[in-house]
Amino acid sequence: MLNFLAKRLAQIVPTLFFVSVLIFSLQHLLPGDPALVMAGEERDPAVIAQIRAQYHLDQPIPVQYVYWIKGVLSGDFGESLRNKMPVLELIAQKLPVTLQLAGMAIVIAFLIGIPAGIVSAVKKGTAWDYGANLFALWGISTPNFWLGIMLIFLFSIELGWLPASGYVPLTENWRASIAASIMPAFVLGNAIAAILMRHTRSAMLQVLESDYVRTARAKGLSERTVILKHAMRNALTPIITLGALELGTLLSGAVLTEQIFSIPGFGKLIVDAVFNRDYAVVQGVVLTTATIYITLNLIADIAYILVNPRLRG
Amino acid sequence: MTDATLTTAASLAVAETLESPARRAWRRLIRRKGAVIGLAVIAIFILLAVFAPLIVPYDPIATSWSLVRKAPSAQHWFGTDELGRDVLARVVFGARASLLAGVISVGIALAIGVPLGLVAGYRGGFIDALISRITDAMLACPFLILAIALAAFLGPSLGNAMIAIGVSATPIFIRLTRGQVMSVKVEDYVEAARAMGNPRWRIALVHILPNILPALLVQATLSIAAAIIAEAALSFLGLGQQPPAPSWGSMLNAAQRFLTSAPWMAVWPGLAIFLVVLSFNLVGDGLRDALDPKAR
Repeated sequence: MLNFLAKRLAQIVPTLFFVSVLIFSLQHLLPGDPALVMAGEERDPAVIAQIRAQYHLDQPIPVQYVYWIKGVLSGDFGESLRNKMPVLELIAQKLPVTLQLAGMAIVIAFLIGIPAGIVSAVKKGTAWDYGANLFALWGISTPNFWLGIMLIFLFSIELGWLPASGYVPLTENWRASIAASIMPAFVLGNAIAAILMRHTRSAMLQVLESDYVRTARAKGLSERTVILKHAMRNALTPIITLGALELGTLLSGAVLTEQIFSIPGFGKLIVDAVFNRDYAVVQGVVLTTATIYITLNLIADIAYILVNPRLRG
Repeated sequence: MTDATLTTAASLAVAETLESPARRAWRRLIRRKGAVIGLAVIAIFILLAVFAPLIVPYDPIATSWSLVRKAPSAQHWFGTDELGRDVLARVVFGARASLLAGVISVGIALAIGVPLGLVAGYRGGFIDALISRITDAMLACPFLILAIALAAFLGPSLGNAMIAIGVSATPIFIRLTRGQVMSVKVEDYVEAARAMGNPRWRIALVHILPNILPALLVQATLSIAAAIIAEAALSFLGLGQQPPAPSWGSMLNAAQRFLTSAPWMAVWPGLAIFLVVLSFNLVGDGLRDALDPKAR
């Protein structure tokens, strides 16, 4: 176990290094002089020279990288050009909003995807199976921004049941918070539910054909016990770790969902930054997302080993 | 079982063995209802995109102040938008941007990803470790966030959106190609080609690449679906096709502002994205089953 951890951590270091190089390089994709882009409307040569010195743009690129990564490692992601706030502070403000949304989306995805996958596998070839498969196809093919718009039209404009936009913190008023978040969380969770359904179905089908399930049936156990106690427990282990890995999909989805529902989260932060040409924020958001993803990947791997005794060595 | 039945079964088996792999895959593909429906819908959208000017009587960018936000009617089947433009014309012409973006982005991802995956899988060692770590780094950045960041830095346009989506989709193809090459390169026929003194590039291109094509084809089809959604997403955010040129994503963005007074503006472009993406997913799933060696 310790050996595995050491190996896994050793793999993360170069990956994080390349992530940082990739994100740093983004800045150099900008057409023309980055100092001019950062200066925006300002054309005063003194101001441009000051920006160039401040961001070490007058230094060779590898030196610029060293300055940048030193800052990042000490928690300095730069300053937002628009808000004049440290990028890390902005991220810390917005991330909890998206995490609440992502948490609700994952719960919705599990509540829909796993039962649908189990029913689909247990009732293979029946109308239930076809229905669940159709749901999965619908889930992975529906653009979440369109689904969001259609839900707003139905539940906010036509029926008037839910607010069309906005965000209320859970700590402030939990009812209003859930009412405001339920539609965006469903939009986000829908595609993941479809993916989970497909994985659960194939894992369950594999397990249902295994010898120990056949033995459990031969012992005369009820079908319910066989499925719930024997098959499901083994089939769901990899699925739960897969759920953690879907965070990338959630964060990508959050960009558009937060835009549609005007939620002041992490996704909206990157979109606003893109339009304000606030490049330090764009870099900070991508770096944070990648770091969260890599960390979750590691946790999922460890969790998988912990719950699967055969992998412990 | 009679002798005649046995003979027919045997001759069918022989015919199947003699059939070329591509023909066999095609025959299996068209046996799947979902894949056939998907292929038909894709064909219809391709025809619509190619012959758009002959199909719709309206100019997709011609505005008319007297026709602003008119509900669907006999003249304008899908209604008109906030500038009085025909929504049907814009949906039909919008198919061009979406399909082009899907195919070109995946083409870019294949053009970069497959050679890198081949080199990493075949050479191994330091080059493999380097390419794999860069791939891991790219995969750590969620697809759409990376595409948005790239599109933002490259500047908003359909061309740049295609590059951004293509580059963001590349690591999937590197990883897939590398994995496939590693399992194929230990096969006897590759060993034989090596023993005959074939140069590395020839073994990679002539003996390995054709054998990993089925897996790449399945992934490419599914990636086109993802790329079409990504292009629509970037256009929705204003980072893809620029107005007044029609694109399904930017149409949805405009529609969002007029949801109360003109909901039809949101229905049709969204439905078009859904149908095309669903069709590519159906074909991708069908191809996966048709090309699965275990199904033979």
